[in-house]
Amino acid sequence: METGLDLLTAYLTRYAPILLFILLALAFGVVTLALSYLVQPKYPEAEKLSAYECGSEPFSDSRIPFPVRYYVIAMLFVIFDIEVIFLYPWAVTFDQLGLIGLIEMMIFIGLFVVAYIYAWRKGALEWD
Amino acid sequence: MANLIFFYFAGIIVLTATLVVALRNPVYSALSLLVMFFHVAGLYVTLHAEFLAAIQIIIYAGAILVLYLFVVMLLNLKREERFHQQTLTAALLGLVLFGEAVLLLASRPLRLSSMSASSEPNVASAVGNTESIGELLYSTYLFPFEVASLILLVAMIGAVILSKKGLLESKSS
Repeated sequence: METGLDLLTAYLTRYAPILLFILLALAFGVVTLALSYLVQPKYPEAEKLSAYECGSEPFSDSRIPFPVRYYVIAMLFVIFDIEVIFLYPWAVTFDQLGLIGLIEMMIFIGLFVVAYIYAWRKGALEWD
Repeated sequence: MANLIFFYFAGIIVLTATLVVALRNPVYSALSLLVMFFHVAGLYVTLHAEFLAAIQIIIYAGAILVLYLFVVMLLNLKREERFHQQTLTAALLGLVLFGEAVLLLASRPLRLSSMSASSEPNVASAVGNTESIGELLYSTYLFPFEVASLILLVAMIGAVILSKKGLLESKSS
């Protein structure tokens, strides 16, 4: 029990650099915003505080319904993202798996090529 | 120390998961979900499931959340106008889940330290998490792996068909 705890603590200590990295990344954003807020001269006007839209007057709410095409692209992204995730442990253990590993991954990728061709032929990748 | 880490992750997960359903602005809900995904990944790290933690961030925080945000934008959800109160269903489901959790905890004495330190940490750390997953996935679990690609193929065809239907309808109307 006690050794298990020690092991876990030792194991988590290896993640200290990642923790430091997260803290630094957070601090970078927070410090930059806080510093510019403290340093900036503040002369607020109605015109200045309005949303800036390339110099022209904003004419509607920013929450408009997006075209469904964005969603298709996101969906395809998720699916191919999962495919790439499967490739990673395969690549790491490629030596041990040998020819069978190559064949099974070719079947896997083959099915994805079918899906890709299908999406392409159906025009899911086109924007028109 | 180990308990502290577990309770930090678990506490933030419960808090942000509650915020996901409690917040009125759907975009805030999605951002709260993002924080939850990161803490679930942290919990996976304490369970020696490092590969799973990386996947949690790449797939869930990186891709699934984008899908959620797109749904919010697609449906043009404003504050609470499209929400339905489903107190009865939620209460029943919550009761079932709570009973399940109580049963699980009662059948086994709760030992957090032994739960978070995996039963065979030496094996995992000697070979490496990703290697052990790769060896198992592409030998013992070969068939489920190939089935997964078929399921993804079906998901992709479904997405294309559904969106094409939506596109045609929006064009004709």
